[in-house]
Amino acid sequence: MSERIPVLRIGDVLLVSIQTDLEDQSVLDLQEDLAERIVETGAQGVVIDITALEIVDSFVGRMLATTAAISRILDAETVLVGMRPAVAITLVELGLSLGGVRTALSLERGLAMLGRAGGVGAGRA
Amino acid sequence: MITAPAVPEGEQQTLPIASNDDVVRARQLVRTLAQQCKLSLVDQTKLVTAASELARNTLVHGNGGTMRVGLVDKGGRRGVSAVFQDTGPGIPDLELALTDGWTSGGGMGLGLSGARRLTDEFAIDTEVGRGTVVTVVKWTR
Ligand SMILES: Nc1ncnc2c1ncn2[C@@H]1O[C@H](COP(=O)(O)OP(=O)(O)O)[C@@H](O)[C@H]1O
Ligand SMILES: [Mg+2]
Repeated sequence: MSERIPVLRIGDVLLVSIQTDLEDQSVLDLQEDLAERIVETGAQGVVIDITALEIVDSFVGRMLATTAAISRILDAETVLVGMRPAVAITLVELGLSLGGVRTALSLERGLAMLGRAGGVGAGRA
Repeated sequence: MITAPAVPEGEQQTLPIASNDDVVRARQLVRTLAQQCKLSLVDQTKLVTAASELARNTLVHGNGGTMRVGLVDKGGRRGVSAVFQDTGPGIPDLELALTDGWTSGGGMGLGLSGARRLTDEFAIDTEVGRGTVVTVVKWTR
């Protein structure tokens, strides 16, 4: 049974926080949901928070890269936030550099990078 | 959240790999053992990532199978071993399959080659028409 990951809207940014270890179908569902929500909302940015993820394998890594590419075509910028150091080290050794994906260390910085954070005091990166 | 049970030292545990949820369970069981073995956080992450790739291969390419995991000991050094076994089609050209980026279809082609880099010991036994067994071990430093 695949669970749906909530996609929140903050201004013209969509925020997804991946909280659990996802099975592959949920990963694909999320990719589809995000593409639909970008078109539906006209969002200019997407922030994917992976702070809770203990690993990113090639399946999830590909979803992150593909989502960034899809959103670019749909005129939205994607920022990946909260990657753990051990995950980054492992991803590179696995052979995935996620070259086309913008990253930020924290949610705050990710939102700032998009230049349109809903919060107070957030500015352009 | 699916929680994996703790495993007594020396005992091997076998998990079926027949669905996407089983791949999640496989990751979690390997993590439990890696923590029990006191692998460093980076080594735990590497081993769990390798296990995730190999479990998915067992499911997707091998048409399902099993994962057998346990703590191992060699000359006082402790480690975690994981064996992924299926009775699927086997791998006709192992060298090709171990090439970064090569996939017979649909994947990123980084699972086998990546798992080899991420673990300390890596062995494949495969025969066309009979199946595939991939064994990995990660040792404490
Ligand atoms: N258990 C297996 N049984 C049969 N073929 C396999 C198995 N594992 C891997 N392979 C073959 O090796 C190739 C490379 O595997 P991998 O590096 O994990 O890439 P991917 O899974 O993304 O295709 C696969 O595309 C498949 O053809
Ligand atoms: Mg694979």
